[in-house]
Amino acid sequence: MRNLAVFIVRHYFFLFFLLLELLSLYFLVQRNYFHHTSAVSASNSITGSIFQARSEVSEYLDLKEQNKILSAKLAAQLSQKNTSWMLFSSHGTTYNDSVYKQRYEYLAAEVIDNTVTLRNNYIILNRGSLQGVLPDMGVVCADGIVGIVREVSENYCIVMSVLHSDTKISASLKRDGSFGKLTWNGLGSQYATLADLPDFSKIKKGDTLISSGLGDAFPEGIPVGVVEKYEFKSGEKTYSVEVRLATNFRKLRHAFVVKNLLREELDQLRIKAGVEDGQ
Amino acid sequence: MANEIVRQILRFLFLVAVQGLILKNVEPGPLINPFLYVLFLIQLPFETPPWLVLIISFVLGFCVDLFYGTVGMHMAACTFIGFLRPKILSSMAPRDGYEFGSTPTIQGMGRAWFFTFSFIVILTHHFILFYLEVFSFREFFSTFLRVIVSLVSTGLLVVVSQFLFYRTKQKI
Repeated sequence: MRNLAVFIVRHYFFLFFLLLELLSLYFLVQRNYFHHTSAVSASNSITGSIFQARSEVSEYLDLKEQNKILSAKLAAQLSQKNTSWMLFSSHGTTYNDSVYKQRYEYLAAEVIDNTVTLRNNYIILNRGSLQGVLPDMGVVCADGIVGIVREVSENYCIVMSVLHSDTKISASLKRDGSFGKLTWNGLGSQYATLADLPDFSKIKKGDTLISSGLGDAFPEGIPVGVVEKYEFKSGEKTYSVEVRLATNFRKLRHAFVVKNLLREELDQLRIKAGVEDGQ
Repeated sequence: MANEIVRQILRFLFLVAVQGLILKNVEPGPLINPFLYVLFLIQLPFETPPWLVLIISFVLGFCVDLFYGTVGMHMAACTFIGFLRPKILSSMAPRDGYEFGSTPTIQGMGRAWFFTFSFIVILTHHFILFYLEVFSFREFFSTFLRVIVSLVSTGLLVVVSQFLFYRTKQKI
């Protein structure tokens, strides 16, 4: 017992270091595997309000350009109105897809914090559980897909950007509907990689990629990007495609959280059938 | 002494704010992420007891993590620096030990000493940080590139800020 005390006194510095280091690694790992820690969401609301304040200042400076972008996009959407896939209401926009009987609701949100240069980038939006945002909802912007909601506090949510090492979004070629898996290799905020595109795909440079609608997060047809170059991997019989992303993550200001209104029904069906979530 | 503590606290808040509100959102180019806040750990006085350095590093990492939404990552990297710092300092000490009242700054210890010391600290910090972020050695080389590029940008900012501090001290 005395020896133990002597040992602790002698190596107190190293033991203290070990304790703190293991504590931080524990936080890190816990955060990676369990996304909902109360300490983290409490801290989210503190930093969230700081980011909100900063965003209000910087947004003011950027207002003119953002207004221009938004009004241009609004005009484009309105001109498509006779295809009647957009309905405008005061709360959000409802998108009825009459073929697949799926229904999505869009909740407008502002980006209050965003990074693009890290390996794993996150975006913070000023919408949270009080506005009905739930984890795993998709986030899009006027130009294309943005990411997937990871954590939600009362008024804020943290979105895993497409610019993240865990990104696996199903995207398809608009030309023939063949689909692959969108990933990000960490090199530049403008480019991502589409892997596992099957060999029968009639891919060409400049082809448009859209979200495939597989998985619950994104409706079908949201722009993903444009084929920049591609190569055939003969070993795996798949194409690996470099994609120029449709979304300009550096200038992201406004985004929409996509609520899948049939989500609960789908989840229940999955539980009944014992199938894992497709995401 | 009390004066120095107040000054260090102000410096702490300033560096965390600069890191979390400005540097986080500045994008000079792909892969470049300057982490100027490490300067705080570099310039702590020599006399700071090692256990206090550890606690300060831990808290500093936590505060930066709050801004980056990555609880644990900066904490782990900073805590390691807090552990390593006394060892690096003692191995780099002049023959007669550090003079009382001197600080680990360019004007206090000279250029060569300061560059070596901050190079070791920043490199270790970035190395741990970026590999923890990726959490595997799968992308070893692209992560390494990220470490080097950010090391250069952080180093430049640290040196520039040294000259800024130097000026203000001359006036006082």
